[in-house]
Amino acid sequence: MAMVDDIATKQADPEQDCPASMVAVENVHKSFASHMVLNGVTLRVNQGETLAVLGRSGTGKSVLLRLIIGLDTPDSGSVCIHGQSIAGLVLDRMGEIRKKMGFLFQQAALYDSLSVRENVAFPLEHHRRDMPKSERSDRVRQLLVEVGLDGDIDKMPSDISGGMQKRVGLARALALEPEILLLDEPTAGLDPISSGEIDELILKLQRERKMASIVVTHDLHSAKTIAGRLALLNEGEVVIEGTFEDLQQSDIAFVKEFLQQS
Amino acid sequence: MSDRGFTAVAETNPPIPVRQTDFVSSVVNSAADSFNGFFEWFGSLGIFSWQVLRAAVTPPYEWRELIRQLDEVGSKSFPLVAMAGGAIGVIISLEARYSLTRFGAKSMFPATLVYSVVQIMGPLLTGLVVSGRVGAGMGAELASMKVTEQIDAIEASAINPYRLLAATRILACILMLPLLTLATDASGLLTGWFAQALVEPLSFHQFITSGFSGSTFNAFLPQTFKTAVYGLIIGLIACFQGMRTRGGAAGVGRAATNSVVLASLFLILADVVMVKFILVVFP
Repeated sequence: MAMVDDIATKQADPEQDCPASMVAVENVHKSFASHMVLNGVTLRVNQGETLAVLGRSGTGKSVLLRLIIGLDTPDSGSVCIHGQSIAGLVLDRMGEIRKKMGFLFQQAALYDSLSVRENVAFPLEHHRRDMPKSERSDRVRQLLVEVGLDGDIDKMPSDISGGMQKRVGLARALALEPEILLLDEPTAGLDPISSGEIDELILKLQRERKMASIVVTHDLHSAKTIAGRLALLNEGEVVIEGTFEDLQQSDIAFVKEFLQQS
Repeated sequence: MSDRGFTAVAETNPPIPVRQTDFVSSVVNSAADSFNGFFEWFGSLGIFSWQVLRAAVTPPYEWRELIRQLDEVGSKSFPLVAMAGGAIGVIISLEARYSLTRFGAKSMFPATLVYSVVQIMGPLLTGLVVSGRVGAGMGAELASMKVTEQIDAIEASAINPYRLLAATRILACILMLPLLTLATDASGLLTGWFAQALVEPLSFHQFITSGFSGSTFNAFLPQTFKTAVYGLIIGLIACFQGMRTRGGAAGVGRAATNSVVLASLFLILADVVMVKFILVVFP
């Protein structure tokens, strides 16, 4: 949580140039202590497009997603959502932008004191207070049907597997019908069958909802399946960005090594 | 070995004063770090307090979570403070009877017990008991949520965690501490009277009438309602320590411990200030 950064002393700079893309990351730098994690990263994602961000562990992929949703702030550069810079927005104003975004955390980050049903209902209960209770309940059930977990609706997060937790996390991320979906390692730590199921689910959601999605992963097979465009990060920089075929045809040594080892 | 040989060895040895300089500079650096850390902690607490205050006074209000926290802080602490109050009532009763009999002032027993319980022990005991139970619980719960990214998930869901998690807990502590103090006082007076009545007959009506005779509300209300400040301290410190936690299970343990230790310490320090303040404002 960006406790110090989001204090209401700064205001968003309306003059800041922002591209028209759904998500635009412009020349972003981010360091933790003396360790440079992102070094001038620029990425754009449009509506209906899926970008997979690949790279070795510790290259700043998850940090990039946290910057996009405003959980961390960049040292320099800008992050724009729907053509608006999110720099310096106070928490409640940022909340209005976050309502249009869904975030699946790497470890799902389910609320462990709430059941599966309550986890998915959580954003609805806070942002759709005008929605009748029965309608909210139907919506929760429908989301859980979509992720194939309607039979586990009253279980607690500790009673379900890691793959199921990620599905619940995905259902929760979709609860407010976001226009932008951010997925942090959706298949990490899952067996190949569960990974395939998650990939299928993401593809199905993309077909039906036409969201702009950014998927952070080190699973090349998964990235190839779900994303039309891939960006490979190394040492905080985008080494290459393009289709899977572009990566295959690249002469860059790191790209070749990454594809060979994956 | 020749003299020249000794001289050569002496000249090649590293000079001792250099090591002393290193030691002194490391001590100075360490003291400077501690000094900076001390002020950084207060600075962060100030920013956190501002965030919570701003979130608390702006809608939407989290009524449901507030009610849940009122139950968590109030109802669930009630048995503990009642038992602690009961024990302190018996202790004061036994001690007071012995001392007062010795000095020939046995008739002062009801007033002594009422004064000791309601004005001195009840508020402080309630604060310390709640600090132990609620402070540790809140600190550990929020710290656990922090390290498992649940607080980030709340924020990512466009919900203000300062409003949902911190403001509700702090407000619940502020509202419940005075009520819990009344429970401690009542329990202490009841057991104190009972311990006395076992030794020599004293009706409860007589005990209360005699104990509160000559007392005004000014003598008791400020002492009871000052515990709202204790509630503020307990809630604020526990939420702050919990929500700034880093470092997995060890961090959760540290947050719980620090919540109790710091809340208890600040509570006692605040009591010193408030006692003086009350004596001046409500003479």
